Amino acid sequence: MSKKSFRQAINEALRQEMRRDPTVVLMGEDVAGGRGGSAGIKDAWGGVLGVTRGLLEEFGDSRVLDTPITEASYIGAAAGAAVTGLRPVAELMFVDFVGCCLDQIMNQAAKFRYMFGGKARTPLVIRAMYGAGFNAAAQHSQALYPLFTHIPGLKVVIPSSPYEAKGLLISAIRDDDPVIFLENKVMYDDEEDVPDEAYTIPLGEANLTREGTDVTIVAFGRMVGYANQAADRLEKKGISCTVIDPRTTSPLDGETILESVAETGRLVIVDESSPRCNMATDIAALVAEEAFDTLRAPIRRVVPPHTPVPFATVLETLYLPSVEKIEAAVTATMKHRVVEKV
Amino acid sequence: MTQDITPITMPKFGLAMTEGKIAGWMVSPDSDIKTGDELVDIETSKITNTFESPVTGRLRRQVASNGEMLPVGALIGVVADAAVTDADIDAFITRFQADFAASSTDQGADAKTDEPTTLTVGGHTLRVHDRGEGDEIPLLLIHGFGGDLKNWMLNQAALAQGRRVIAFDLPGHGGSSKDVGPGTLAFFAEVTVQLLAELGLTRVHVMGHSLGGGIALTLAHVAPQSVASLTLIAPAGLGPQINMDFITGFIEADRVRTLQDVLKYLVHDKTLIGRRMADDVLRYKRLDGAEAALRKVSAACFPNGRQGDDLRPVLEATRIPVTLVWGQEDEILPVAQSEGLPAGIVRHILPDIGHMPQLEAADTLNGLVTTCMKDASLEKTAS
Repeated sequence: MSKKSFRQAINEALRQEMRRDPTVVLMGEDVAGGRGGSAGIKDAWGGVLGVTRGLLEEFGDSRVLDTPITEASYIGAAAGAAVTGLRPVAELMFVDFVGCCLDQIMNQAAKFRYMFGGKARTPLVIRAMYGAGFNAAAQHSQALYPLFTHIPGLKVVIPSSPYEAKGLLISAIRDDDPVIFLENKVMYDDEEDVPDEAYTIPLGEANLTREGTDVTIVAFGRMVGYANQAADRLEKKGISCTVIDPRTTSPLDGETILESVAETGRLVIVDESSPRCNMATDIAALVAEEAFDTLRAPIRRVVPPHTPVPFATVLETLYLPSVEKIEAAVTATMKHRVVEKV
Repeated sequence: MTQDITPITMPKFGLAMTEGKIAGWMVSPDSDIKTGDELVDIETSKITNTFESPVTGRLRRQVASNGEMLPVGALIGVVADAAVTDADIDAFITRFQADFAASSTDQGADAKTDEPTTLTVGGHTLRVHDRGEGDEIPLLLIHGFGGDLKNWMLNQAALAQGRRVIAFDLPGHGGSSKDVGPGTLAFFAEVTVQLLAELGLTRVHVMGHSLGGGIALTLAHVAPQSVASLTLIAPAGLGPQINMDFITGFIEADRVRTLQDVLKYLVHDKTLIGRRMADDVLRYKRLDGAEAALRKVSAACFPNGRQGDDLRPVLEATRIPVTLVWGQEDEILPVAQSEGLPAGIVRHILPDIGHMPQLEAADTLNGLVTTCMKDASLEKTAS
C-alpha cells in the first residue's frame, strides 16, 4: 500500500490486468504516444495526460494500439474485437468526442448481447475524460454520463478517488458487458493510499463515504469530494450528513439511496452534468416515487445551469457546483418545515 | 510589508503543460509595468506564448533567466512597489523557494513513522507493525481467521509502553501476500517462527486470538523455547465445534450489507459493527487472492464444518504459563471449550462479551495480558 495518484491508480489497473490476461488490449488516439510521433518518439506521454505512459514499453505495439483520429472506426473495431474474444480498453480521450462514434456504442456494442439472444458477450471498456474546471472550453469539458446512462446495455462508472478508480477499472475490464469508464480530468493528481495488489469493487454498489442523520447527499465523481467537504463544514454547524457515492450510474444502487433517505428524510443531489435529464433528475424521480412519505423537505439539486461550459475561468467556476453551493442547499433543506395536514 | 510583493510564477498554458522555458524577458528589471503588459515569452513543448503581467507594479527581480526550464508554479520573477526594501524581497524569495521545494518533493522522505512496514519472510511478504521499545520481553500478537493487525487497534499501543509489541498480518490476510501454502495451523506457525528469526527475536510473549490462538499453541509446541507466555483469546483447537455460518458467510459476503450481518456474530454488542468496519473488511476481501486464501484455510482447518486440530494435549503438556480469556457470549467458538483444562491454566470468562474481547473489553484484556507477562517473568526469576 502506498500513496498513488488517480493517474497512477488507473495506469496500475491497466498494467495489472494486461499482465493477468493476454486478451486485454489498449486502443486509442495517442495511448502510445502523444508527443513527436513523426520523430519516432513513442510512448513519450502515454496519452494527452500521461495515463497510459509506460504501457507500450511493457506490452508492445501489438497490445497498445495507437489509432488514427477516427473515433467511429476504432471504437467500432474495439466493439468487434470484444465480441470476437478480446477485452479491449478503448480510450476516447475527451468524452465530448462521443459525438463522432455514438452509433458504434449505442447501436452496436450496447445491443450485441440483446440482439444476438444472449449468445454474444461484449467485454469492452471505453475510457474517457469528463468534466469542467480544467479550462478546456465547451467542446472538452462536458459531463456526459447521463447520455450513456440513458442507453440500456451499457454500464457507466464514475470513480471518485484513486482507490475507487483502480478497483472499479479492474472490475470494468473483467466485466462481460460494455462499460463506459469516466475519469474527471481535474482529479488526475489527487492522491490517496491504494493497495499495490489488484482488487475489484463491484459495479452497482454505492459507497457511503460518511454516515449522518439529518440529510442525505448523493454525489458523483469529483463532486463526492466536494460533498464531503461540505459535510465537514455542516458538521460544525450541527448538521449531520450522509454522503453517498453511487460509483455507477448504470446500474444504479437505488436501494442504498432510498434506505438512507428513509433515515434522514432530506435529499440533496450534486451532479455536474447539464441539469436537464441528468442523474439528479433521475434520482429525484426515484425518491419521489418510492419514498415520498419519508421526505421531510423538498429534494434539492446542486447542478450547473443549462448552458455550454464557459471557457472564462470566472464563469467556469460559477458554472460548476461548489462546496459553498452544496452547503447552501443542505442548509435550505434543513430550514424547510413540513406542515402537517389535519 | 510582504503583502505588497507579488510572485510571478511559471504559468500553465495548455492541458498537458508541466514545465516551460523562459524564451526571453521582454521587460528589464526595475521597470514599471501595468496589468496586461507583455512580460516574458515562455516556450512549451507545443507553443511559445507571451505571458502578460497579472499585476501593476515594478518588476523588482527576474528570478529565472533566459533559457531556464522550470516547472509550472515555479517562481520566475517578483513584482513589488518601489517602497519595498531589497531585504524584504530577498526574504520573500527565500521563503517562496523553500515552500515550493517542500510542496514539490515527495513526502516519502520523512523520518521513520509509526506505520506498518513489509518484511519478506520465507517467500511471503508480511505486513508488520512493530511498536514501542524497552527492556521487557517483546509481545507478539496473532490475529484470527479473516482478521488483520488492525484487530489490535485498542491493544497494541496501550501494551507498547516500555515494551516492543509486534502485530502482523498472517499470509492470506490484510496487507500480506495471499499464498497460504497448505493453509494449516502448522504452516502459519512455521511462518511465525521465520518472522521471529527475521526480527531477531529469540523469545517473546504471545497473544493469539481464535485461529491465531491455535497458531500460538502450535508455535508453543514446535518452538517452546521461543515462547515466554501464552495469552489465548477464544483459541481454536480446544473443541470440534465452530460456527460455520460465520466462516462461510464471511468468505462469501461481497456486499457491505451482507458482510455487516455476518460480522455481528463476532460481538455481543451488535452496535459495534458499523458500516465502516464492513467496508474495511471488504477492502481486504476484494484483493485478488484473498477469497481463495480464506477458502483454503477454512478447508484445511475446519474440514466438514468442524475444527480439525485438537490442541488440548499441547495445552495439557506445556510448561509455558498460559492465560485463557473467553467471552461468555462467544457465538463463534462456544465458551464451553474453555472447560476441563489443567488447573495451572489461568482462566478468565468475561460476561456480556462475544468472540472479540480485544475489541469489546479492551482494557480488561490489556490488564490480563500484562498480568500474564508479569507472572511469567516472576516465575522465571523464581525458578
